[in-house]
Amino acid sequence: MVLILAYAAVLLSLASGLSALMMHQRPALEALAQAYSRLFPEHRFFRRLSTHYLEQNRYPSTLRQGAFALLGMSGVLAISAGLAVMLTQQVLTDQIGLGLPWLPWHMRFDGLSGFFFLIIGIAVLTVSLYGPGYVEAFSEDKQPFAPLGLFTGLFVAGMLLVLLADDAFFFMIAWEAMSVASYFLVAFQHENPANRRAAFLYLLMAEVGALSIVLGFGVLASFADGFTFDALRQAHLSTSWASIAFALALLGFGMKAGIVPIHVWLPEAHPVAPSHISALMSGVMLKVAVYGLIRFCFDLLVEVHWQWGVVLLILGTLSALGGILYALMQSNLKRLLAYSSVENIGVIFLVLGLAMIFMANGYPQLAALGLLAALLHAFNHALFKNLLFLGAGVVQHQIHSLDIDDMGGLIKRMPKTSFLFLVGCMSISSLPLFNGFVSEWLAFQTALQVFVLDNGVLRSLIPVAAAALALTAALAAACFVKVYGLVFLGLPRSRNSEKAKEVEDKGMLLALEILAGLCFLFGIFPSLVIALLNPIARQLLGQALPNAEATSWLWLAPVTMDQASYAPILVLISVLMAAGIAFRYLRRNPETKTMRRTEAWDCGFGGLTPRMQYSSSAFTMPIRRIFAKVWLIDEQINKDMRGASELDVASIHYHLQIQDHCWPRLYQPIVHAINSLARQVGRIQTGNIRVYLGYSFVTLIVMLWVVSL
Amino acid sequence: MNWLIAVIQTMLFVALAPLLSAWLKWCKCLLQNRKAPSLLQPYRDLIKLIRKQPAVAEQASWIFTRSPYIIFSAMVLAASVVPLITVDLPTTASADVIVLVGFFAFARFFLALAGLDVGTAFGGMGSSREMTISSLAEPAMLMAVFTLTMTASTTNLALAMEHVLNEGMVLRPSFVFALFALILVAIAETGRIPVDNPATHLELTMIHEAMILEYSGRHLALIEWASQLKLMLYGVLIANIFLPWGIAQALGAKALVYGLLAIALKLAVLCALLAIAETLVAKMRLFRVQEYLSFAYLLGLLGMLSHIILEASR
Repeated sequence: MVLILAYAAVLLSLASGLSALMMHQRPALEALAQAYSRLFPEHRFFRRLSTHYLEQNRYPSTLRQGAFALLGMSGVLAISAGLAVMLTQQVLTDQIGLGLPWLPWHMRFDGLSGFFFLIIGIAVLTVSLYGPGYVEAFSEDKQPFAPLGLFTGLFVAGMLLVLLADDAFFFMIAWEAMSVASYFLVAFQHENPANRRAAFLYLLMAEVGALSIVLGFGVLASFADGFTFDALRQAHLSTSWASIAFALALLGFGMKAGIVPIHVWLPEAHPVAPSHISALMSGVMLKVAVYGLIRFCFDLLVEVHWQWGVVLLILGTLSALGGILYALMQSNLKRLLAYSSVENIGVIFLVLGLAMIFMANGYPQLAALGLLAALLHAFNHALFKNLLFLGAGVVQHQIHSLDIDDMGGLIKRMPKTSFLFLVGCMSISSLPLFNGFVSEWLAFQTALQVFVLDNGVLRSLIPVAAAALALTAALAAACFVKVYGLVFLGLPRSRNSEKAKEVEDKGMLLALEILAGLCFLFGIFPSLVIALLNPIARQLLGQALPNAEATSWLWLAPVTMDQASYAPILVLISVLMAAGIAFRYLRRNPETKTMRRTEAWDCGFGGLTPRMQYSSSAFTMPIRRIFAKVWLIDEQINKDMRGASELDVASIHYHLQIQDHCWPRLYQPIVHAINSLARQVGRIQTGNIRVYLGYSFVTLIVMLWVVSL
Repeated sequence: MNWLIAVIQTMLFVALAPLLSAWLKWCKCLLQNRKAPSLLQPYRDLIKLIRKQPAVAEQASWIFTRSPYIIFSAMVLAASVVPLITVDLPTTASADVIVLVGFFAFARFFLALAGLDVGTAFGGMGSSREMTISSLAEPAMLMAVFTLTMTASTTNLALAMEHVLNEGMVLRPSFVFALFALILVAIAETGRIPVDNPATHLELTMIHEAMILEYSGRHLALIEWASQLKLMLYGVLIANIFLPWGIAQALGAKALVYGLLAIALKLAVLCALLAIAETLVAKMRLFRVQEYLSFAYLLGLLGMLSHIILEASR
């Protein structure tokens, strides 16, 4: 029954994709409807269909809404399937005779898959509410709906199937469907050469990653009989082979998840896709990669080693710090959000590394705590990153730009959007009362359990990682103060933002409202999710949280009540009380109750103009100077000295370009190596048919010789 | 009963915060051969500000007018979870020391947004600097705090203090490092010399004051009060974590009075020391602050490592 729900979710998303293809089939559909209405004149439906829905002007928007409605239904089904399997704590398996005749597709639906089904379901549901309003602005000539809808459907179906897969073949098929469909989505606005380049880079890295995953499965499979996950679980690997499999899986899944230094495709590809797709890619697809890694390491490789945990810990720390430092420097809103995804994935990897270390050292309960923190952070990140990407889409929709330096003052012009975006900013900055804080808190609690370990290196390494996590959180707050302050506060920096209006489409706002509401809800009642996660930890690690009462609705006390506790609801009540008393008490005098609106004081300078405000690069200048070594900074100040005297400056041009270190250090050498290798290979390609025949002949001789050996 | 004590203690905290900053000012005046204002002056200032009608810039949004309330209540909440006169505080269980750091971050987030709201260059400057400095100070603070929490193996502040009390007078190298780290962080976070100067409104140097330039009336009063609370919070943290002796462990009237006297004495001495330091040291350049804070971070890290290597019983 639950599996049927899951299948239905997959099928509906495929149906949504296929229905988008009907965009150009309107005449045929109309003819069909007319034929039917002639056949069955008593059915009003067909006549209404042909006169009303299939009418030339209305048809495209009807079709869009229909496609997104199917997608939304798929989301609802995915949520219900995920919840059902987690609540009943069952493990469902199934075989489908599709694909090659001797290789049926194995399906398995357990708590872990169910949890990621839930994440995808929420994201897909909100995206489908948001989508119709957002794609309305796309012109059918330049940005046709048919490919967008088709590949969105395929993409979602691919992600859901990855979660269901129970054999390596099927896993890879679903994985490729997800990757390739998302390639077409990234390349959707392909008029711009930069977008084509980003899409190609994405495809290239996705395929390299997929190859590496295939090799990882191959290593496992060579010790097992068969490619089903059940068989792979039985494989007995030596430590070195297991480590090779782990390294391959880490490379493959890490490339998809975007950990430093293999993250470069992410900030290129995510911003160029339409906003609702960026939300899906950043909020959900990265989580599918996390799912893959968890499935591979904690489920398939039965025994984990602490050295792997250290690798994950270090990579996670690097990604978290690198991601947020690069995010800080961006002035393109969606690029900034993409880099911030790198940071959040880094946090997830860091905590997974902790879980692995504890698991390998024989503390499965603490490993459960770490796994839980990682899963919770994945969930929370999906919520607030979706909210922020969709919010960025609204802003882009209204002011036709993504450059933060073109924005400003939107809080007056778009009050609802700005409030919902603020919730997202507060969640991602991990402020108390919001969901981002809970997972951050759990991550710290996991790191603080380090005293149980015997290994001196680990005992000093983990606190350093925890401090890096603290730095990351603080920088994230700085980053999102910048985002919110420059986008929504202050004076408008361009005419478009001056003329901006609140978005009118109800669905777009509803999507943001749902996500913001969930961010707040799970910030106050985190135990709702943690109660769902605890059985997953038991399924994967054999142990749940140390404290059985960790999931009471009031307290969050993962280890013991004495060690650490957090009661968000009490905090909320007291903060409301304190603010309420201050508010009532200070405004009791009717004479001073109203505020006097005047000109800004500004130290008496007066004449405030938008150009006086801090810009994106000005805001981050101190951080840029302090961490100067992290980026490749090209900063030029050109003074135009056409004034009367030597000291008279007519105008100043400021130019700032900030680049990733990874490009020149890591990627360009690889590109050079491949190019020179290709040139060497090119030498034997003479273009002469006789030479090629000679090659064939020699090859044949060698083959015969090999066979006869 | 102890919930009542918790409420009373929080109110005491809020009520005494202006007195502490008055005492600090008094010490500084004495050291600098100036005539000191009365110890009640901050209260008079607050009352005067509260009575006035606030003037708000036309372009300011609700962030600007609501932020003072948010900042103030975040600080009150922080005060409610830090043991002042007794460790028998039920509220510490609802928010541990990591949440306490979160409250500070919450207040700072809104203060920085309020600085950006009106769109003046000063506000942006203050916000940018504040977020930079705090993002360096927060890890240093957490490092110092983690040393304590790992020693006591709890992040609950009251239980951690009780642990230090029960251990008795033990000289722990990790605590010495952590103490110095926390002091350095406290100076940076409360905007004292040498990081920021609360007494100046000079464009090039101000940080905290730049963000609140546009505030007036009751909004300014709330923000001033909140920063006084913040000073007192850091003072109490330093005093009660590292020198918890005197704090009441049981709820007798005598113990509570002793607790109050003890913390008053400790804070008076701490503030006198701060006044001496502020008189002796000059303010540093903005881009020296990172060296200062990375030194604090290093001290915190050293404290943590010396705890792990020297003290942990394994």
